[in-house]
Amino acid sequence: MSLNQDFVGRSFVSPVPFQVGREHIRQFARAIGDDNPLYHDVEAAKAAGYSDLVAPPTFLISAIPGALGLPTDDPALGLDYALVVHGEQRFTLRRPVVAGDELITTSTLTGIRAVGRNEVLVTTYRYDTSSGEEVAVGACTLVSRGTAPPRG
Amino acid sequence: MTATVGYDDVEVGTELPERLFPLRRVDLVRYAGASGDFNPIHWSERAAADAGLPGVLAHGMLTMATATRLVTDWAGDPGAVLEVGVKFSSPVVVPDGDEGASVSVRGVVEKKLDNNRVVVNLTTRCRGEKVLMAARATVQLS
Repeated sequence: MSLNQDFVGRSFVSPVPFQVGREHIRQFARAIGDDNPLYHDVEAAKAAGYSDLVAPPTFLISAIPGALGLPTDDPALGLDYALVVHGEQRFTLRRPVVAGDELITTSTLTGIRAVGRNEVLVTTYRYDTSSGEEVAVGACTLVSRGTAPPRG
Repeated sequence: MTATVGYDDVEVGTELPERLFPLRRVDLVRYAGASGDFNPIHWSERAAADAGLPGVLAHGMLTMATATRLVTDWAGDPGAVLEVGVKFSSPVVVPDGDEGASVSVRGVVEKKLDNNRVVVNLTTRCRGEKVLMAARATVQLS
């Protein structure tokens, strides 16, 4: 079944701020096998000029409310997660994310287009702190395998 | 936040030597928990087979994080990474075993920009196959 084009152009704002916590940064860093002291040791992070633990650049993916970097899990979109693979991902950081940041993510589904038998969904993100500072932007492409309508 | 690599010390063509990163099933489970991505194709043989996949796959974002690590370690400061972008070209299949999969990452300085920034191009392979394409990071050097 094809995806619902009505979703194109819609934006979704995280309902509550995402609180970047020290333990979450440490847990994420352990999960990517990275023992960089700036991810684990508050004193090391402060000595390097940061206010608190630094988050790895790709930590931003965990601050998006929906699964898989999607802005929404609304079934009306018609997406079957079992058919989804990640196509592309990009983050541009205005400054590093640190423990204590409160992030509000605005995700916009900017396009759904058919590429052969697949459908490609493009989502862009903006991460602002709860005080309105833009911290990062990002973009994500997901591929929904085999859901494009056959060409007549 | 200061990179330990100086802009004047690198040229286009400066290499970031290859490193190997092991990925085992337990790493995928740990990443699922830390990232919140519980898609079962990343931990269930059955779910992967049902989806027509060759096996349990590493999260694309885990592969991206692994590639990015080459740059954060090289720069000496993860805050020096201003931008990172990848295309996922081939899945990383992680067999159930002590060895799992091995991901190799190497990089090369591709471009020198203004304000002491450089672009690093990353080559990431698993079993000889490129698993990322157009993988680039923009890094603030000192």
